[in-house]
Amino acid sequence: MLEIATREAYGKKLADLGEKYSNIVVLDADLSCSTKTEVFAKKFPHRFFNMGVSEQDMMGTAAGLASCGKMVFASTFAIFAAGRAWEPFRQSVAYPHFNVKVCASHAGLTVGEDGASHQMIEDIALMRVIPGMKVFVPSDGIETEKVLEAIVEEPGPCYVRLCRAKSPILFDSGYQFKIGKGNVIREGKTICIFTAGFMTHLVLAAAEKLTSLGINSTVVNLCSVKPLDGDLVVEMAKKHECLFSVEEHNIMAGFGSAIAELLCERYPAKLHRLGLNDEFGQSGSYQELLYHYHLSSDGIVDSIKKGLLL
Amino acid sequence: MSKPSIAQLEDIARDLRILILKMVHHAKCGHTGGPLSCIDMLTALYFYKLRHDSKNPLWADRDRFVLSAGHTAPALYACLIKAGYIPEEEMWRLRRLGSFLQGHPKRKLEWGIEMSTGSLGQGMSVANGMALAARIDQKQYRVYSLESDGGAQEGMMWEGAMSAAHYQLDNRVALLDYNGIQIDGFVKDVKEVAPLDKKFESFGWHVFNVDGHNMKEIVEALDEVEKIKGKPSVIIGRTIMGKGVGIFENKPKYHGIAPTDQEMDVAMGELGGKNA
Repeated sequence: MLEIATREAYGKKLADLGEKYSNIVVLDADLSCSTKTEVFAKKFPHRFFNMGVSEQDMMGTAAGLASCGKMVFASTFAIFAAGRAWEPFRQSVAYPHFNVKVCASHAGLTVGEDGASHQMIEDIALMRVIPGMKVFVPSDGIETEKVLEAIVEEPGPCYVRLCRAKSPILFDSGYQFKIGKGNVIREGKTICIFTAGFMTHLVLAAAEKLTSLGINSTVVNLCSVKPLDGDLVVEMAKKHECLFSVEEHNIMAGFGSAIAELLCERYPAKLHRLGLNDEFGQSGSYQELLYHYHLSSDGIVDSIKKGLLL
Repeated sequence: MSKPSIAQLEDIARDLRILILKMVHHAKCGHTGGPLSCIDMLTALYFYKLRHDSKNPLWADRDRFVLSAGHTAPALYACLIKAGYIPEEEMWRLRRLGSFLQGHPKRKLEWGIEMSTGSLGQGMSVANGMALAARIDQKQYRVYSLESDGGAQEGMMWEGAMSAAHYQLDNRVALLDYNGIQIDGFVKDVKEVAPLDKKFESFGWHVFNVDGHNMKEIVEALDEVEKIKGKPSVIIGRTIMGKGVGIFENKPKYHGIAPTDQEMDVAMGELGGKNA
């Protein structure tokens, strides 16, 4: 099966988009070789600026460029983009609603060996609480490309969460992504698992294993975390006996919480949030980490079995 | 249109001081000291140097100005009222619900407010971004910002200072209102920022040191700055917080409070305005 990290898909697609959209300017903070903005930088050197290890400065500069009509893509690791530079982003980009796309790589637990200091497990929470923000968590290379095609036509700030590790291609090139819309990627009956990002292929593997245990599961991909597809979430809640969400993020205020907030108001239903349970990660290969924190496909199966007994 | 004389600029600055005090007094809250310390530099910028047109606020080739020291918003609003961007009656709605004259500036190009600011240190980077955009688009506009000594305690300001020098942004000019006072007291007591000129020099900037209340010195620096090539410039104006009204001058207390009715009478007497 073809595998590609979403950050690699981002780098290639961004360089493609640079041809059609001459107002795209790209900023990076000394990580262009990792975030893959280097592809754009090589192709359009006059529209790329390396801001050095100065993430806050990068956000302010992005705001200034956007104020003069540029569509700015600003990339660094998620921990620095959504963490360290959060307040400059909030004040100088989001408040004036500038056309800045923060595409942050190395999000989540799957950063791996670099450890907890680099594993951003709070970015979905931090970014979705900013008024007017849009937050996307693509599940594979194709969805990453589709998200990029959508956001270049959507003025205003947004955050795209990208991963370091390679993951299988799940969608075909005809896949249609729409902002604010989710999609059922596996039809089932008894339970529904909501997923996004790197976890999606693991959730699909878990769903297959659950079938052999007699648990028939639907899998719903919610790449558009904000705006969230509320109608689809409610429809799934009505159709299934039990709901689960899976994220490589703290379960507090993250992906599952966004779903829970919506359900509370529109269709109260039991939702089990799988993810990091209010704890930091640690060093290890991403496979080891996923296993350790019960987020491998087997871990997801175990958690769902336990959830169904509750 | 001919450039105003030094005497005319000084008259404008006095009028703007009156406008600032009336605005802040009416709002019953806001900053008094900072707007009075930076207003001479802003007067020179808006009424002598800046290429702009209040009848065409979206003019793509206009010079840009970013008020990094967002708490001195009344000074910016006063300039924009005087320059014809903001309707004068709006001054009475400063800090009121539903008003566009927010406590700290909120971007509204139609009114000449180029950028939302208020969190110190960020305007430096934002102005750099505008200057980079000019480079990409091969435009001749210049980008000015007003920094503050308190703002110089923000790490982000120096990140921006480094970037402007690295990218050799000679279309980038920072004015720095060095009044020596911040909310908790004198800057030298809270956390010393001196020597600001040497710091900027070492960061690769061309530095002008001026008396920030001497209109002639400010104007000359604004002219000279255009001759500097290959690097950004900063005009550091030594100023007195609360300048123009004796009872406010150099008193940390007046950094962030509005004048009382009684203080307003004294101030208007000194500036020759009417406490309407």
